[in-house]
Amino acid sequence: MKNKSKPDVPHPLEDLVRMDRIPHIWCSGCGTGSVFASCLTAIKQTGIDYRRFTMVSGIGCSGRGAGYINIDSFHTTHGRAIPFASGIKMANPDLNVIVFSGDGDLCAIGGNHFIHAARRNMDLTVVCINNFTYGMTGGQVAATTPFGAKSATTSAGNPESPFNLPLLAYAAGATYVARWTMLHSRDLADAIKESILRKGFSFIEVLSPCPINYGRRNKEKALDALRKYQKNTIVKNGANPAEADIDFDKGVILGKFIDIDKATCDESYRKMYRPQETADKQLKTG
Amino acid sequence: MKPQVLTGDHFINGDEACAEGAIAAGCKFFGGYPITPATEVAEQMSIRLPHVGGTYIQMEDEIAAMTSILGAAWTGVKTMTATSGPGFSLMMETMGLAIVTETPCVVVNVQRAGPSTGLPTQGSQGDMMQAKWGSHGDYEIIAIAPSSPQEMFDLTIIAFNLSEKYRTPVLIMSDEIVGHMSEKVVIPDAKAIKTVSRPKPSGKKAGFKPYRPGPNGVCPMPSIGEGYNVHVTGLTHDERGYPVMSVDTQKEMMHRLLNKIRNNLDDIIMTEDYYLDDAEYVIVSYGVSARTSYTAVDMARSMRIKAGLLRLITVWPFPENIIRNLAKRVKGFVTVEINMGQISREVERCAGSVPAFGVGHPGGAIIPPEDVINMLKEAF
Amino acid sequence: MKYWRVPLDSNEVQVSRGKVHIIEERCKGCGYCIEYCPREVLEFSKAYNAKGYHPPVVRSEDCLNCHYCELLCPEFAIFSVEAIGEGV
Repeated sequence: MKNKSKPDVPHPLEDLVRMDRIPHIWCSGCGTGSVFASCLTAIKQTGIDYRRFTMVSGIGCSGRGAGYINIDSFHTTHGRAIPFASGIKMANPDLNVIVFSGDGDLCAIGGNHFIHAARRNMDLTVVCINNFTYGMTGGQVAATTPFGAKSATTSAGNPESPFNLPLLAYAAGATYVARWTMLHSRDLADAIKESILRKGFSFIEVLSPCPINYGRRNKEKALDALRKYQKNTIVKNGANPAEADIDFDKGVILGKFIDIDKATCDESYRKMYRPQETADKQLKTG
Repeated sequence: MKPQVLTGDHFINGDEACAEGAIAAGCKFFGGYPITPATEVAEQMSIRLPHVGGTYIQMEDEIAAMTSILGAAWTGVKTMTATSGPGFSLMMETMGLAIVTETPCVVVNVQRAGPSTGLPTQGSQGDMMQAKWGSHGDYEIIAIAPSSPQEMFDLTIIAFNLSEKYRTPVLIMSDEIVGHMSEKVVIPDAKAIKTVSRPKPSGKKAGFKPYRPGPNGVCPMPSIGEGYNVHVTGLTHDERGYPVMSVDTQKEMMHRLLNKIRNNLDDIIMTEDYYLDDAEYVIVSYGVSARTSYTAVDMARSMRIKAGLLRLITVWPFPENIIRNLAKRVKGFVTVEINMGQISREVERCAGSVPAFGVGHPGGAIIPPEDVINMLKEAF
Repeated sequence: MKYWRVPLDSNEVQVSRGKVHIIEERCKGCGYCIEYCPREVLEFSKAYNAKGYHPPVVRSEDCLNCHYCELLCPEFAIFSVEAIGEGV
């Protein structure tokens, strides 16, 4: 290739990326990098000082997100991003805490933490990349793998049914629930931004391809997956999460499903247990 | 609103004394999960923390409880959780994360008899090896064993200080008997309580290396939001905190983690002697079993058996050198503990050719001093 | 781009024009930017980068600086900036 000179201006997200760690580990055609870019864009768009943010990830491909963002960031154990983030939020409610992780991490091994953080309305922004499989370990069946889909551990097809994650989040008490795909970058960035700026447990499921470990076994190239995200999806804000099953033949519903105002866990705790501080704060902020 | 230090004489149980010790040490966050016989620690913390501007949260399980205190610790506060055997097992996963990320925190294990659900309301010292080896991989840990409610107060403060100083989890290996026993606990003047806080970084924030150690092998620890942009991972990491999957990095990280404890044994290890100067037979004990052992020494001495007690206040890192030095001049060791032989193996290992025996108990009750005397008579 | 009429305020309103920057060595050749550029500005290059992928090249000057490639690219390998003084 011709030795072209680098652009004289940096990529606009570079101030938020640990450039000394790029290239990242995500495969060609993996959507995680796209979701990550949307997340960084959202952080940037809020205009909030980067020092007021922290990102927590668990284990898995998307769990590596925390390792690439150039803010205080934590790569924790498998499934435990949410309780780690909850500890941060309760100890310092002034921080904007973003959990960036995957479906297996957040909703299978971390499923109990997930529903309880939703129940508490813990003020977290949870970005859950759903690639329908355990990508990092080589594509084993997940709690999100579609019925009948092939994986490294379901060679004749998945005999189980997957979670409807927006319904799970809503049933557990999440006060903001949305679903987008990595292709809907702008809507996704807007949703993440909205989640950061609002109070409460915000859950954003992002459908994203794993061409190497899921697509390969199910005859779906990365671009095939993106075409499905484009053509077989319907944006329906306010849709009932109970209708949000993932069935691309029927059409997958995207959009913002739930947005409810409710006191957060840290707000209620402070109000009930440290009322003097709450009063002082109100006095200060008017 | 009660103050941070409840100076005065109290008649409280060990669990409550532990909570008061934590508050006095400056603990501001407790992630809890109820479990007998440690529940009173959580209950007391839930009442006391709001008085000092702290936060109590009851999590969905012990995994979450332990994980939440690590997250909270990175906001710059001192944190604690308390549990018993079954919960301790669940916490082992995150214990490894705390060790490798060098996150200060205090974990109280009010031991009950196991395995599994065991005897929830009856004491044991059966988790001593789990405390050392329970999480996967190699590591050094600090574990201390209080013998009384007073020590539950005093040693909890020391646990926080060690945890902050060395940036490592510190375990308080108590037991149901000490936890539920009520005794006089004297809480000193706030001014008389020495507290230590983690080393903090200073200087340039750009290019800051969060895992570059200071002179004693411990790295200064920034908090979230201070602008150091740290990355913290459970993966093997270099000084920048970045994951590096190499044997050299593993070696360097492991040696530093082990050595920050191993090179500071004199500062960490606490023991107490009782009639040890002229002892021919050394009873080694800790926690509630030390109380048995004091009586056993008195009984032995009245029978003209030259016994003495080495009480381990710090159980991990194990006071190897003390045992090895004693082995040069004594005739035998007897380790007294409510398990079927855990710390006794360590004593045996360090005793060399000197005979070492254990007086054990499967759990659920205190060892009677007569058992110790019988062992002394039988064995020697 | 064809217009059937020129807006009255066309002298005041500037349609944004973009200049695409490609950081070739970061590209992993997924082709998302090429496939989903609304103005079809990009195509695969014939040449390989150091990683062995074909990064995109700019094939037309139709970029409207919508930044979609920038958001979609998983590698931080492409972005656009406003092409100053090149408004329609």
